[in-house]
Amino acid sequence: MLDNSESYVTEDGRTIGGVVMEMKNITLRFGGVVAIKDISFDIREGEIRAIIGPNGAGKSSMLNVISGFYVPQEGEVWFRGSRRPQMRPYEVARQGIARTFQNIALFDGMSVLDNVMTGRLNYMKTGLFSQALWKGKAEKEETENREIVERVIDFLEIQHIRKTPVARLPYGLKKRVELARALAAEPKLLLLDEPMAGMNVEEKEDMSRFILDVNDEFGTTIALIEHDMGVVMDLSDRVVVMDYGKKIGDGTPDEVRNNQDVIDAYLGVSHD
Amino acid sequence: MAQMQMGAEGKQSLPALLQRNAAQFANAPAYREKEFGIWQCWTWAETAKEIEALALGLINLGVNEGDFVAIIGRNRPYLYWSMVAAQAVGAVPVPLYQDAVAEEMAYVLGHCGARFVIVGDQEQADKVIEIQDQLHQFEHMIYLDPRGMRKYDHTQLHQFSHIQDQGRAARDELTGELAARQNKLNYDSTCVMLYTSGTTGKPKGVVLSNRNVIESAKNSAEFDKLTQNENILSYLPMAWVGDFIFSVGQAYWCGFCVNCPESADTMMTDLREIGPTYFFAPPRVFEGQLTNVMIRMEDASTLKRKMFHHFLAHAKEVGGKILDGKPVGMMDRLKYALGNALVYGPLKDTLGYGRIRVGYTAGEAIGPEIFDFYRSLGINLKQLYGQTEATVFITVQPDGEVRADTVGVPAPEVEIKIGDNGEIYYRSPGTFVEYFNNPESTASTKDAEGWVATGDAGFFEEGSGHLRIIDRAKDVGKMADGSMFAPKYVENKLKFYPDILEAVLFGNGRDRCVAFINIDLTAVGNWAERNNIAYASYQELAGHPKVLETIRSHVTQVNKSVAEDPMLSGCQIHRFVVLHKELDADDGEMTRTRKVRRRIVEEKFDDIITALYDGSEKVSTVTEVTYEDGRKGSIKATLTIVDAEVKPAAVHKVAAE
Repeated sequence: MLDNSESYVTEDGRTIGGVVMEMKNITLRFGGVVAIKDISFDIREGEIRAIIGPNGAGKSSMLNVISGFYVPQEGEVWFRGSRRPQMRPYEVARQGIARTFQNIALFDGMSVLDNVMTGRLNYMKTGLFSQALWKGKAEKEETENREIVERVIDFLEIQHIRKTPVARLPYGLKKRVELARALAAEPKLLLLDEPMAGMNVEEKEDMSRFILDVNDEFGTTIALIEHDMGVVMDLSDRVVVMDYGKKIGDGTPDEVRNNQDVIDAYLGVSHD
Repeated sequence: MAQMQMGAEGKQSLPALLQRNAAQFANAPAYREKEFGIWQCWTWAETAKEIEALALGLINLGVNEGDFVAIIGRNRPYLYWSMVAAQAVGAVPVPLYQDAVAEEMAYVLGHCGARFVIVGDQEQADKVIEIQDQLHQFEHMIYLDPRGMRKYDHTQLHQFSHIQDQGRAARDELTGELAARQNKLNYDSTCVMLYTSGTTGKPKGVVLSNRNVIESAKNSAEFDKLTQNENILSYLPMAWVGDFIFSVGQAYWCGFCVNCPESADTMMTDLREIGPTYFFAPPRVFEGQLTNVMIRMEDASTLKRKMFHHFLAHAKEVGGKILDGKPVGMMDRLKYALGNALVYGPLKDTLGYGRIRVGYTAGEAIGPEIFDFYRSLGINLKQLYGQTEATVFITVQPDGEVRADTVGVPAPEVEIKIGDNGEIYYRSPGTFVEYFNNPESTASTKDAEGWVATGDAGFFEEGSGHLRIIDRAKDVGKMADGSMFAPKYVENKLKFYPDILEAVLFGNGRDRCVAFINIDLTAVGNWAERNNIAYASYQELAGHPKVLETIRSHVTQVNKSVAEDPMLSGCQIHRFVVLHKELDADDGEMTRTRKVRRRIVEEKFDDIITALYDGSEKVSTVTEVTYEDGRKGSIKATLTIVDAEVKPAAVHKVAAE
């Protein structure tokens, strides 16, 4: 099924591999409402793929289909060369897909460190009893996982808030902690739902930097939803544009920018 | 003492001292750095190996004797090793301020003609790459943190660990060369070159020899009885002479351990974890901590708050005396001991000062109340007076003779004389060799007999023999009526209020004084929060009528205290503005060490000064600002000018008539 699977090298020297995920004719309905209508697109290994569109276009629904939270009524999701059966979200997580949420979903009362540690849950094998005693295997396991978490904390430069309860953090930092938790799961594919919503310019610049660094340093494939067109165009390799549940554009930022349908969807069109 | 530093006598370079430490204290910790949440440690023996590998790698890369190697980054063991390794191969290390913008770096790198640059991370590397075309002698850059650097063109770029690997691989081949170069080093070879921040004009490269550094380190270590067991936290800029003396000079002389924080933001946590025994901080760090403690105590439970204030009042009374070894009654001592168990001890521990034996503050005047607060807790905080050209030490306060208003007695082996105009001159083993490539400045600063002009005016106090600094000699002027104008004196009084971060006084040659004031965002912001005052920006808060009223009351208090000094009563502030932006080094208004550049401020805000003198009530102004990434923008503001209450001129004038 992997047609144009030959890899290529981008202008800035990153290698983009073959297709890792393919959405084939996805249709998602909530009762009579069609949220996504017959959409197909693919995500290549190592690329930053953006999904954009006006409010209510079905972007978050699309991300939820990728993450396995919604099961489409029609269509197929192919991941790493095989058709994905219906899965629970934790099973999807075990396949190497991690995500962040549009409305931050962290454990408010827990410290940053503990929150990020939850990202390692799928790698922890010891049972409740031995973890409570914290002896032998459980201790070793936690130390190993903590090391990975500490590397993520170092990478995202949040050492100074390591022990701070999440509830006390400003919004921009919470977003970064959420990214940290997703990264702690060492994902192959990272899904970001509006990572820059509600941020000021400086926070957006920081976040963009981190997204690029994650992609560059770990080779993580990233699919993101974003409103800020400037950010999307700068960050992504390819962009899917949705409007009213339909795909109206797909291609490089430049192609999308010059696509008449996309311009109409964003700027409106006169009906005379 | 002599026994403690056994084997150090006669070692005439840092690499020689390193060898002594590696042999004598092989398994004692030399460096620690917090990384990935854990304190990583290197013993002296390991350090010697790391530095050797790096030095061999540098030779392998083509570093020649006499080359300049610039070092830019935050305090990390690797960068300290770079300085010693550079010296070991006969090159001269030149640490730069890491927060300098690219243009400033271009000047320094061009001036010394650095062939090699060692940087901490991508941020610094980018700045050097940006100015690369202006640097004709630049050849290779070495970076520490590989993050984000993978895609860069690596023809002139090298990763730090690779340089070390290459050095290890070439060990057999190059070890003879390294030994030969190291053996050539003596007391007269250059140890380091440090650029002074320069309150006026371009930075100057101060050349310090091994004699300067090692003799100064030795004298000061003996003065404070520093041992191999000290722990220090290195967080001040590596380009600053103080850090070089504490973290390199004294650390190598005594063989004690240098601890590097995880990042600038975690410094306070790391301070607490390390609990240094020997600590250095500029006044603003102590001020910041005190403000923090007071704010947190406001939020504490009633019992804790009452206990805190009760015992603090007692400490204020007797704490300083106990520290100075003066007689104190039995009951007071017992109560102090109780206070120590309940309040002072836990507080010191929270601040990270639980183990401090010697603490220093310098650079700016410290508020007497802040100074006394720390001393009353039993922290041996002292002041010293120094400058880069003296390899730090000019005067220091001996234990038991510590006061807030003097800077102490001449440091060991330092001679001091006061010039006719009140300017302070000194001569010492630490006196710098020269300003690099600048014989005129060298000649105008250091005379043939080795006396160096400090540019500060001061006098020795009768009786105690302690030095008191009045102001920068060139800043001391005359008012229109001929009375003395000493801006620093008044500004320092203002800055002792936590609400006021910075103040600049004008009035040289005029009939009265006016002032610019910067509010302290932390203190005033907290006050606003507690009083339900909403504000959207620094500018809005700075212009809030209630803030202006508070500042006015501070100014009135200062005027009152200034009026009491017959010599300086003319320096009272008649009118002032609270500025709409913080004075900033990026805009050239301050030096990197946060000293106000008077002339530049005066030129830049000329319109506001005019308004202060012509009686207008408001002034509209547009100010250019530079962002951290070097872009420029501007802020517009309308500032309210506030009239302050002035006390009657000193009585002695009336009496003289």
